[in-house]
Amino acid sequence: MSLTTFDTATSVVEKMRAIIARCDELEPRIGAFIHRNAEDALMQAAASDERRAAGASLGPMDGVVVGVKDLISVKGHPLSCASRILESYVSPYDAHVAEKLKGAGAILWGRLNMDEFAMGSSCETSFFQKTHNPWDLERTPGGSSGGSAAAVAAGMCEIALGSDTGGSIRQPAAYCGIVGLKPTYGLVSRYGLAAFASSLDQIGPMGRTVADCAAMLQVIAGHDERDSTSLKLPVPDYMGALQAPEAPVKIGLPKEYFTDGVDPEIRAAVNAAVEFYRSRGCEIKEVSLPHTEYAIPVYYIIAPAEASSNLARYDGVRYTRRSPDAKNTYEVYCKSRGEGFGSEVKRRILLGSYALSSGYYDAYYLRAQKVRTLIRNDFLKAFEDVDVLLTPTTPHHPFRIGEKVDDPLSMYLEDIFTISVNLAGLPGLSMPCGFGSSGLPIGMQLIGKPLDETTLLRTALAYENAHQFKSARPKGLVR
Amino acid sequence: MPDKPAIDIDHVANLARIELSPEEKRVYLAQLGKVLDYFARLDELDVSNVEPSAHAAPVYNVWREDVPAPTMDTADVVMNAPQKRNGQVLMPRVVSE
Repeated sequence: MSLTTFDTATSVVEKMRAIIARCDELEPRIGAFIHRNAEDALMQAAASDERRAAGASLGPMDGVVVGVKDLISVKGHPLSCASRILESYVSPYDAHVAEKLKGAGAILWGRLNMDEFAMGSSCETSFFQKTHNPWDLERTPGGSSGGSAAAVAAGMCEIALGSDTGGSIRQPAAYCGIVGLKPTYGLVSRYGLAAFASSLDQIGPMGRTVADCAAMLQVIAGHDERDSTSLKLPVPDYMGALQAPEAPVKIGLPKEYFTDGVDPEIRAAVNAAVEFYRSRGCEIKEVSLPHTEYAIPVYYIIAPAEASSNLARYDGVRYTRRSPDAKNTYEVYCKSRGEGFGSEVKRRILLGSYALSSGYYDAYYLRAQKVRTLIRNDFLKAFEDVDVLLTPTTPHHPFRIGEKVDDPLSMYLEDIFTISVNLAGLPGLSMPCGFGSSGLPIGMQLIGKPLDETTLLRTALAYENAHQFKSARPKGLVR
Repeated sequence: MPDKPAIDIDHVANLARIELSPEEKRVYLAQLGKVLDYFARLDELDVSNVEPSAHAAPVYNVWREDVPAPTMDTADVVMNAPQKRNGQVLMPRVVSE
């Protein structure tokens, strides 16, 4: 029996047609996709059917319909980063992950909405559209990979690619009731990913179940010489590890993550998960990550600083929209960027430029990098005693569309439980662990040792197998 | 960290090469001031003996052989350029006649 939920029974073309029809029905209300090319997807599906008929299937991902976040290059497909400045850009090459998935026979389907250049926690900074949470259309799906999370939750693809710089896979996964995995920094090549903050960015799977995510990770992980931070290590057999018998692990609960600032329903759901693990023989231990409170200022110095450098390439010269009013080279830069970037992207580029500017570099950027060391050391110390950390993914339920757009600092504070993981380069997984009284899904986060995705996935699977959350779907979507 | 971070918004916008409207300058000045105040809490920590982390992975310089290999076609390289001519990107004249 297959471990994954991928549909292998029907013909791939029939499955693709059904997904296209479902998108046509749901997209006016959800808005997960910036772009869809049904003809292209059906051609990929037909090729998969042909392989299957010829007995030449490429493996468990052959014919699986994968949604793609709109910052990952797929040759010949548009790529906008949900920004006006890349409104008409078409990728001339494949990202490493796109190459890998194509090589495994997956169907790369559509371009999924996101916060502009992945800067945001709600998909509201997209130039093109708002995405609505399939569980409550008045609320955001989270971000920045909100389109990916909403599309998976609403059944508009079987699994999706997301990217995570400060929680952009895990927070929308929690908000939309799905599983999202941010791998260890360096496990998945960033070649062909539009860069936001290069020392933090990582591509990962967002799927309905732990095994679905493991199956995709199996394909996309591994060394790639085109990304100089890609780790030169063999890829473990994740799928094999999921079939091994359950074994208790030592679970740490960082006390800084279980405070009064967390919604009581979320705390209760995560505490129930702790009791589940205890009942399975896991040792539970309180640990401390004393520098947790500094993670947000560190992140919001480092990420904008790196972004201000990375986004310098969008200058109206080589591949971005050029202002029609620009009369000289300087105006091509300033006017194209002034017109092309949205307000959150400008805010972060300004913040980053300031933090790196002469006279302020030591006070902000260098100091933040030093505190980053302290944050990473906190985790390494905790992992001397435990195998996995268990925390809430978010302090609150999904917020309403428009609720936080005018208060950037309050939006930034929502990232408190996810960003430390990026600063320390660790793997982190969010999975559903219950529902609030209003019917909104709740996510819990498992954090692993560097490169120990195997323990993370196995620990998550033990919980998933004993609960019904993976089969829960948003109701009332299809009329 | 400076006591009262005074942002010269015109200077920063110029460094970032972003043209801002007067309204944007007003809004960003207020919002960034608030965010920088929040950053001041990093001053509470003594980091004098701490090494900075540029990133989390223990990866250092990566070398490869300098071997010529095929690259992208010129047509693909300039396919997204807003203005182009003869396989080259076109920009406004830099040197006046």
